[in-house]
Amino acid sequence: MAVWNFLRLLNFSGVCVLKKRLIPCLDVKEGRVVKGLNFVALRDAGDPVEAAIAYNRAGADEICFLDIMASYEKRPLMLDILERTAENCFIPLSAGGGIRCLDAIRALLLSGADKVSLGTIAVEEPHFVQRAAEKFGSQCITVSIDAKQVSGPNFPPRWEVFTQGGRWATGLCAINFARKIVTYGAGEILLTSIDRDGSGEGFDVPLTRAITDAVGVSVIASGGAGTLDHFVDVFQKGGADAALAASVFHFGTFTIPQAKAYMRKADIPVREDDCSWP
Amino acid sequence: MNVTVIDYGSGNLYSVQKALEFVIREWGLSCTLRVSNDPREIVHADRIVLPGVGSFRGCMRGLQGISGMVEALICRVRRESCPFLGICVGMQLMASHGLEHGFETGLGWIDGHVALMTPPLCGGERVKIPHMGWNQLTAVRAHDVLSAISSEKEGAHAYFIHSYAFVPLSGAEHVVACTMHGRPVTAMIARDNLVGVQFHPEKSGRFGLSLLADFLTWKP
Repeated sequence: MAVWNFLRLLNFSGVCVLKKRLIPCLDVKEGRVVKGLNFVALRDAGDPVEAAIAYNRAGADEICFLDIMASYEKRPLMLDILERTAENCFIPLSAGGGIRCLDAIRALLLSGADKVSLGTIAVEEPHFVQRAAEKFGSQCITVSIDAKQVSGPNFPPRWEVFTQGGRWATGLCAINFARKIVTYGAGEILLTSIDRDGSGEGFDVPLTRAITDAVGVSVIASGGAGTLDHFVDVFQKGGADAALAASVFHFGTFTIPQAKAYMRKADIPVREDDCSWP
Repeated sequence: MNVTVIDYGSGNLYSVQKALEFVIREWGLSCTLRVSNDPREIVHADRIVLPGVGSFRGCMRGLQGISGMVEALICRVRRESCPFLGICVGMQLMASHGLEHGFETGLGWIDGHVALMTPPLCGGERVKIPHMGWNQLTAVRAHDVLSAISSEKEGAHAYFIHSYAFVPLSGAEHVVACTMHGRPVTAMIARDNLVGVQFHPEKSGRFGLSLLADFLTWKP
């Protein structure tokens, strides 16, 4: 489109590029962080709001709250966490876990969440993703896909979508499901490798590559982070737009600034602004 | 000073409200913040903030759906020169028209239209839409509401999340800052007492807060 040539008039020589994001994930159960943070002195290591504030100051690009025991009665706890976080952290916040109706999404967004992630419901009822995207916009609908490799060692890789925290095999091919759910309006994919989750052996790079090649929306890779090279690999070889991790950050294996400095040296674009305030 | 955030049923005002409250407190500004859908309050505002999430058409219709709101805005902002800040779709509504879900007339305050971003391949990789995440700003001209980056060589990062973008139709004199997403993307526009930002200052950390403070203390 010729209209974009207007910027030539301005001598615009920007080389800015979208930065690769690092997202610490806080697993929340009944309003408390499941594994307390011990990389920084907190008054209350189990308070998700304090944890979020600490990560914000450390330079996290986004914070993800995952309600691992989401139940209808406990939802007000998550709303309270979001509200208190949004009063202090002026970066994007996402929330997920057990969302099954539009009212739940609305309540989360009104409490300060910028995005919600839909898991099981997206598999069971893909049209729900469509309704949610039409109602609130694709930009705030992330679909979380838990995938596990089901092909044998000497076969071309095939990954299947699992639900119920990896207990339930759906029979769906992860790549096809990702493609389909994007056409239904998912604005982002949160891709977790069940094989790697909690292992510290590295992200599933071939799985991430397969999904990033298949869809035109941003992909967050999750599951398996153990070393700084794992992050470099999932960005460079996997083509991920963001990487999500919990334990390496919670246990202080390395800090977010350390991870970003390492990525910068590997020529991965990262945001290293001063985040020490607010 | 009365700061009014317009509530016209468009998405999440909570973050915008909390960020403004934070700025008013931290900068020690004597401002009263109101979130309102009442055109009568607009008339008494000293600063007007128009947020917006969703589609151009949805937001424009939402604004028109409140009886007297568009008229009150035109009166207070255009005739009485009340400083105005549009955020995301709120910024896009300042354009002549939008093309999301078909042609829709905008407020028409800055000549331009809002069109789907169509970035070319970049190094063989697909450039993704929505443009979601942290991107760096380049100021193409100085502006009081952009003091935080006008002086720096390396622009600050701002948080973007959008698929449609503002394109000026006749000259680019109202474009203040750009970013790059395959192609240059309009990040901030300004004219007289009007400013609009495509990114979310309420989600852009320290830089975003200082931009909001610049807006609240701006004397156009």
